[in-house]
Amino acid sequence: MKEQLQALQQQAQERIAACESTAELEGVRVNYLGKKGELTAILKQMGKLSAEERPVMGQLANEVRAELESTLEQRGAALKQAELQARLAGEKIDITMPGTQRTVGHKHPLSIVIDEAKAVFLGMGFSVATGPEVEWDYYNFEALNLPPGHPSRDTHDTFYITERMLLRTQTSPVQVRYMEENTPPIRIIAPGRVYRQDSLDATHSPVFHQLEGLVVDEGVTMAHLKHTLDLMAKGLFGENTQTRFRPHHFPFTEPSCEVDVSCFRCGGSGCGLCKGEGWIELLGAGMVHPEVLRRGGIDPEKYSGFAFGAGLDRITMARFQIDDIRLLFENDLRFLSQF
Amino acid sequence: MKLSKKWLGDYIQLDCSDKQFADAMTLSGSKVEAFEQEGNQLQNIVVGLVTAIERHADSDRLWVVQIDVGSEQVQIVTAAQNVTVGCYVPVAKDNSVIAGGVQIKKTKMRGVASQGMLCGIDELGLSQHDFPYAADDGIFLLGDDCTREPGLAIQAALGLDDIVTEFEITPNRPDCLSVVGLAREAAATFAVPFAAPQPVLPSGTGDVNEHLKVQIDEPSLCYRYAGAVVQNVRVAPSPRWLRERLRASGVRPINNIVDITNYVMLEFGQPMHAFDMRYLQGGQVIVRCAGAGEKITTLDGVERELSANMLVIADAQKPVAVAGVMGGEFSGVMDDTKTVVFESACFNGMQVRATAKTLGLRTESSARFEKELDPSGCVQVIARALELVKELDAGDIVGGVVDVFPTPKSARSIKFDPAWISEFLGIDCPVATQTAMLQNLGCVVKGNEVTVPTWRNDLVAREDLAEEVARLFGYDNIPPVPMRGLANARLTPRQQLQSFVGDVLRAQGFSEITTWSFISPKGYDKLDLPADSFLRNSIVISNPLGEDTSVMRTIPLPSMLDVLSRNYNNRNASAALYELATIYLPPSSRGDALQGQGGAHEPEELPEERMVVTLGMYGAGVDFFTLKGAIEQLLARCGVAGYDILAIAEPYALHPGRAAALAIDGEEFCWFGEVSPQVQENYELGMRAYTCTMNFNVLFAHANRKVIYKPLPRYPAITRDLALVCDIDLPVLSLQREIEQAAGKLLEEVALFDVYTGEQVQAGKKSVAFSLRLRSAEGTLTDEQADAAVKRCVKALDKMGVSLRA
Repeated sequence: MKEQLQALQQQAQERIAACESTAELEGVRVNYLGKKGELTAILKQMGKLSAEERPVMGQLANEVRAELESTLEQRGAALKQAELQARLAGEKIDITMPGTQRTVGHKHPLSIVIDEAKAVFLGMGFSVATGPEVEWDYYNFEALNLPPGHPSRDTHDTFYITERMLLRTQTSPVQVRYMEENTPPIRIIAPGRVYRQDSLDATHSPVFHQLEGLVVDEGVTMAHLKHTLDLMAKGLFGENTQTRFRPHHFPFTEPSCEVDVSCFRCGGSGCGLCKGEGWIELLGAGMVHPEVLRRGGIDPEKYSGFAFGAGLDRITMARFQIDDIRLLFENDLRFLSQF
Repeated sequence: MKLSKKWLGDYIQLDCSDKQFADAMTLSGSKVEAFEQEGNQLQNIVVGLVTAIERHADSDRLWVVQIDVGSEQVQIVTAAQNVTVGCYVPVAKDNSVIAGGVQIKKTKMRGVASQGMLCGIDELGLSQHDFPYAADDGIFLLGDDCTREPGLAIQAALGLDDIVTEFEITPNRPDCLSVVGLAREAAATFAVPFAAPQPVLPSGTGDVNEHLKVQIDEPSLCYRYAGAVVQNVRVAPSPRWLRERLRASGVRPINNIVDITNYVMLEFGQPMHAFDMRYLQGGQVIVRCAGAGEKITTLDGVERELSANMLVIADAQKPVAVAGVMGGEFSGVMDDTKTVVFESACFNGMQVRATAKTLGLRTESSARFEKELDPSGCVQVIARALELVKELDAGDIVGGVVDVFPTPKSARSIKFDPAWISEFLGIDCPVATQTAMLQNLGCVVKGNEVTVPTWRNDLVAREDLAEEVARLFGYDNIPPVPMRGLANARLTPRQQLQSFVGDVLRAQGFSEITTWSFISPKGYDKLDLPADSFLRNSIVISNPLGEDTSVMRTIPLPSMLDVLSRNYNNRNASAALYELATIYLPPSSRGDALQGQGGAHEPEELPEERMVVTLGMYGAGVDFFTLKGAIEQLLARCGVAGYDILAIAEPYALHPGRAAALAIDGEEFCWFGEVSPQVQENYELGMRAYTCTMNFNVLFAHANRKVIYKPLPRYPAITRDLALVCDIDLPVLSLQREIEQAAGKLLEEVALFDVYTGEQVQAGKKSVAFSLRLRSAEGTLTDEQADAAVKRCVKALDKMGVSLRA
């Protein structure tokens, strides 16, 4: 029996070594160590042995089993590793093939800029207000110190519905409407659509967008205006943006200014985008005219404020270096999907 | 406004570069658009003296000219016939550039070397207006008003070397449309001395009142009218210095008398006119309103009909000028004019503006008057013009000035509060500094009162003084100071939902579009909108750019379909687009508000501006259910539940068998479906397209984005499939609702997974398969429980005439 066991061990070891796959190895295991395996078959003969031989043979059989199990395990591990390697090698793919895309929609570039501006101003404590686009002449002009016959009205190229009703030419009417409905402190921005009778070309559209801003409180100064618009410029065009405040004239602010930002392409040294000036006109602003405050039901002796209005289409075009405003309204997906 | 540096130099002395000048003026409020050296496009052109000339041996036409150009002698071959020995000529030497950027190099002409070119007046970028004696066709022979020095750069020789700075002057500052006004601004900007010119009326012979009578019938429209008379006028070209300054200012020199009026206008900002006395019947000037139907032919040769609200300058019989706008034909100075009347008047700005606008005739003069000029300056301007007449010896001055000034203007005073100004601007600017600034601008400061100069109509309130201080202090010197105080800032729930709707739609692959708010009224026809639809009652623009953009849309679909069409025709294979579009609904377009009262009448209220979530899509694999799924997803994410889906009886724009409306609490708020074949064709869409419009107000009213977490299931679910056969027209939703009812609360989800019609199913029937997921929160479900639930469903369905599929 001892010889039988030794022969079995020898034979099994050889077969284990010859195994080429884990499946084959499992077959070998079952063949020798399984319930109906050869080792079991030998052990079944134990009953025929003498009482002296039995423990000796039992021990030997256990040794053989342990030996074979250990060998099986080692061989198994090696085969598994080899199989894994083979699988990995076989599953290699061309990682340069294109990825499978899910369709994700795109935000319109104007909305991107409007949302950024909202974020900047929400951070400074501004709320977002709106007003009607079909507006009374009163709010669009008269309440803003532009009575009928005022020369500045000429520059607005207004679309009229009736003598008194028009398409607003600016977002500034929101100022007076908001003041009528609210009391200071006021801090709002009002992005929206405005209309002027400009024929469509690369730089003009009869529909465009402005961002109005209004602050009214006690003790608001021009220094506050400068700080706010500095932050706006940096928020929209980057931390290194410089601003330049130039005196200007608007009937509804006094003092008035135009604000330029350092050209974000050349940084101020002069390039095609800024026409060599180093500056790009960003917006008009100023301290709210006392008459406009009064129209809004606010006492200019007690309160002061500032207002500003920026052209969002121009900012959007500058930001993305879009050279033709028509692209914003054509909505060609080849354009939209770039944003 | 173009400003000559030489001219400015008459009034102030500045020690800075042209760039520094431009920057400083811009920052003090007179924005410089550009500055340029005149003649800077000309390079290497010098004065030459012709020393010898002979015919080209090989040509009848060409001349070989020897020229002294100072440092050297050059030989040039020219075809011009007007060159003689002793002439001074402009010589474009080898490697030079003439007007228009043309390069000149030495060459050979029929075998003879030519070291450059002789220039005609136009090759110097000038014309006979600049040098009246220049030859029409030939070389410009320098006259004695040029510096005739061989070798001298041509710019210096001709006075073509001024620096011209172009300003953008805001409409509140007509005083800065003048050399004197800008000199005052520059002096205040650089804090250098400036003394305003004080012309002195030259003495003359006789008394002007014997030649000219002036009468103002409309003193509210003509504040002042001053006139002077010059006899024995000697019409001739102006001297070079005057022509030079006009040219630098962008004004074409004509003759001495006309040039004087233009020169004085540029200098003081006050328009002038010179009438030929022959044209003024009776030597009479009457400033009156035009008679109805009265006509005048203006200087530009156009006959214009006047109306009673227009102001004219008339003689005893006829209008001779449209006041402040343009003179009448023949009223101006001719070569044979003997006696001229100089007019310096001041008209009501609004009146001039209205007249110019009505006549469609905006002139240099009207553009100035409409900004409301200062009548105080009228007479000094006449004095200046007469000074020039004397200097130019352009005629014999008649003594005195006729000056009709019904209501002299008094100077305005404003309270001066320097402490408030500093506080308002957020700066610290001493009283003395503020006072000096205001004085430099021509104000008189006495204690706490500032008297503003009559030419500054724009200074009215303390804020206006603050601006003057601010701009001279320098806006850039105002420190940026953060605002203090708290404001409660957040987006309103409505604004948040708008933004969220965009997020959900983009996540589903829809891209945002931005379309114009006005459309063509034909857009409604293209949509097959019924002729009597209230929605055709749009807000109409009275002065549209064109019919295509003439009405404010009451429906967002025309814009969306245009965009779909454009994308389709630009070969974009598929598109999924959205817009939060605004529509404009006057009362007459809202069937609810003014039933049956639609029509054109003066709107007494503003239209409702309503936001509509608008979707549009086309492409392979896109169908009704793609769009429906996107809408369902949007509503689910917005927390809108419990809405019904209805068929639309007579949908416009949509396919009647593939159009649906969603309603909540009986109110329809969303309409969607497949674009009808006709509308598809109208928009040149070559494939099926799908659109949806959803009233954002209703979406907002029912949106509920509050999330309360539901525990995850602890026990396993059991899934059962139900294969049913029913009538082909029975909506699957009714089956689903029945299953939901019958299955009871164990039903977690029921999902349709197959609909089949065809050979395996009886005609007129369809097979519908649902998958039911059942689960209990209390324990693991048994097969018996699941079977019982399914049995209840089958029983209920059976009552509807729906059977299990065999």
